[in-house]
Amino acid sequence: MELFITSYSHLAGNQVIVNDRLIFYQENILTFADFIRAAYKHSQTSYPKFYKMDAIGKLGFLAAELAIRERSLTGYPAERIGVVFANGSSSLDTDIAHYDTIRDRKAYFPSPGIFVYTLPNIVVGEVCIRHGFKGENVFLIAESFDGKLLCDYINELFDSGRIDGCLCGWTEVLGDKWNGLVTVVEKESHGVTPEAGNWHIPFNEKNINKIMNHN
Amino acid sequence: MDELILKLKKEVIEQLNLEDITPDDINPDSPLFGEGLGLDSIDALELIVLLEKNYGIKIEDPKDGKKIFYSIRSMAEYIMEHKK
Amino acid sequence: MRTAYIRNHNIITSLGFTSEENFEALKEGETGIRPTEDPLLYPASVPLSLVNPAKLNEKMAGVLHDRNKKSPADSYTRLEKMFIVSVHEALQEQEILPANSRTLLVLSTTKGNIDLLEERYRLIFDHKRLYLWDLGRVVGQFFGFANPPLIISNACVSGVVAIMTAARYIVAGRYDHAVVTGGDIISEFVISGFKAFQALSNEPCKPFDLDRTGLSLGEGCGTIVLSAEPPAGKSAIRVAGAATSNDANHISGPSRTGEELSWAINQAITEAGILPETVGYISAHGTATSFNDEMESKALTLSGLSGIPINSFKGYWGHTLGAAGVIESAAAISSLGSGYLVRSAGFEKPGTPVPLNVITRGNRSAFQTCLKTASGFGGCNAAIIYQKM
Repeated sequence: MELFITSYSHLAGNQVIVNDRLIFYQENILTFADFIRAAYKHSQTSYPKFYKMDAIGKLGFLAAELAIRERSLTGYPAERIGVVFANGSSSLDTDIAHYDTIRDRKAYFPSPGIFVYTLPNIVVGEVCIRHGFKGENVFLIAESFDGKLLCDYINELFDSGRIDGCLCGWTEVLGDKWNGLVTVVEKESHGVTPEAGNWHIPFNEKNINKIMNHN
Repeated sequence: MDELILKLKKEVIEQLNLEDITPDDINPDSPLFGEGLGLDSIDALELIVLLEKNYGIKIEDPKDGKKIFYSIRSMAEYIMEHKK
Repeated sequence: MRTAYIRNHNIITSLGFTSEENFEALKEGETGIRPTEDPLLYPASVPLSLVNPAKLNEKMAGVLHDRNKKSPADSYTRLEKMFIVSVHEALQEQEILPANSRTLLVLSTTKGNIDLLEERYRLIFDHKRLYLWDLGRVVGQFFGFANPPLIISNACVSGVVAIMTAARYIVAGRYDHAVVTGGDIISEFVISGFKAFQALSNEPCKPFDLDRTGLSLGEGCGTIVLSAEPPAGKSAIRVAGAATSNDANHISGPSRTGEELSWAINQAITEAGILPETVGYISAHGTATSFNDEMESKALTLSGLSGIPINSFKGYWGHTLGAAGVIESAAAISSLGSGYLVRSAGFEKPGTPVPLNVITRGNRSAFQTCLKTASGFGGCNAAIIYQKM
C-alpha cells in the first residue's frame, strides 16, 4: 500500500520547519525551555495546559500542532487515526526532575504533576486529547532515530486495515539537546494526489531520514 | 490575611504552572475548580503538596481537599488555623 | 493465513520463578503482597510484592553456568537478572533460536533500570544503562539475538502491546518467532510517585471490591514465546486478535464512560472472529483504584461482557507495570490451557456500578477463549484475545 507524508513539522536546533519551509528561527537560544516557549508563542497556539507539560510533552505537542495545522485529519473517524511515537531517552529528562524531588529525604516532596510525565507515552496522550484521536497508539524506544522501526510499525497498521491516518513522531529531549518531528501519514486513496495539489512525499524510510537530516 | 492571600496566589501560579496568569487575575473567593482556572485532579494533588512543602501542613484525608481548596481564601483560612 | 501460536511462557514474581510455581501459588490463594519496611524504598511501611533477591541470584548463577558465561552475576542489574532468568526459562525445550534472523525480541518496560539513579548504584553501573535501549542491548546480547530488540514503553499497557506487536509481525510474515519479555522493578522512584498520586492502598489491594482503596505495587518479569509454528503434540493456543485505543480525555484519569476500552475490546473480538458471549474468561487490568475498576466495568458492560467470569491477578502480584501485561497473560493462558479459573484475590463485596461476575472461588472450567485487558497513564487501552485451537 502506498502511503504519503502529507505534512510534517521538525523542531531541531533553533529552527522550526514545516513542510520544508523555515517558519521560525531564533538566534542565541541556549536552553530548550527558551526555545519551546518562543516557538510556542510564535505559533499563536492557545492551550493553557501546554505550560503544565514536561519537555517531551511540549516538544511533541507543538510539533503535532504545526503538522496538523497544515493537514488536518478531521475527515477520518477518531478511532481510525493512529499515533506512533518514539524516542531514545524515554522520559529520562523528567525522571531526573522527579528524582530531584525525592533525593533529599529531609525535603521529600514528590510532585504528581512531574511524576505523571515520567512515562514517555504521555506525550501521545496529550496529542490525542488535543486532537481527539482515539485509535491505535504506541510509544517505542530506539537508540537513535530509527525510520525503519517507525515505518514498519505504521505500515502494518495501514496494511491490516486498522487505521486511515497516522501521526508518526520522534520526541527526543534530554537537557538542552532536542529533536522533535511529527509527520502526518495517509493512504493514497484519501485525496492525496499530485493533481489535488497538496504537499506530499511518499512515506518511507528514505524520506523520513531525509526530513530528519535536513536540519 | 491579605499578605497570605497574595503569597498563596503567587505560589499557586508557580506550583500549577499557570503561566499566563497574574495574581490580579485570581479572585480569592472564586472557586478554584470547575470554572475559572480550569484546574484538574492532578492540580488538586499538587495543592496538597504545596501545603506540605510551603506550610508544613499535612492533609490526612484527601477527601477534605474539596473544602480546603474551594478558593484561595478558604486555603488561606485553613493555613491560618493549622500552620505550625 | 499465518497464525501466532503461544509456544511457552515464564513468570517471575514474589510467588515463584516459573509459570508452574506461580500458578500453583495462585491456586493456593495466598497473596505475594506483604507489608515492607525498607527505608531505602520508602520512609514507612508499604505493601509490596517483591521478588526474592537471594533466589533470583541463585537462578541467575544457574543461567550463567548453563550458558557458560564468564561475566559475574553482579555485572547485571536486578532487572536485567530477572529478564535473563525469565527469557532463559521460556526458551527451554523450544527450538527457537535467538540467533535466527527470523526471530524477534520484544521488550516491555516502563522504567527499566531506574534504580540506577540512586546513589548506591551510581558507582557500580554505567549511567548508560538507564537508557531502555541499553537495557535491551544487554538482554539481547546475552542470548545472541540476531536482531536488535523492539522496545515498547507505553505505561501499563506495554506488556499487552508487546505481545500484540509480536503476534502482528508474525502474522504479517516479517518474523517466524518472537520472544516477548516484560519487566519492571520496585524502586524508591516509583513508590514516591504513586504516593504523590495518593494511589496506593495501605493494605494489599482489592480489585473490584466495594472497599478498595488503591493499588499495590509489585515487581516481576514475564516472557511469552510466540511462533508461526504450532507446538508439537499438545493443543495450541493462539493470539486471535488484539487492539489498542486512546481515551483522549485525561493523562492520568481514565475515561468516565469506558467507551474507548470497549472499542478496543470489540476490535479484538471481531479480529478473533468470535461473538462476545463466547469469551469464557476475562483477565482484567483491575488495579483496585476507584477510577480504573469503575471504568473497566463500564467498558466490559458496553461490550456485552459483564456476565463473563473475571478476575484480576493484581491481588496476588500487585501492579507490576511493564511486566503486568505479560505475566497476567501468561497466567490467563495457563488458565485456558489447564481449564482452571483462579479466584480474584482481595474481592469480597461487589464495588462497581454494574456488577461483574468476579471469580470468588477457584474452579475447574473448560473454555476456549479468554480476553486480557489493560489500561494506563496517557489514556491508553489494550485488549487481546487468546484462543485454544
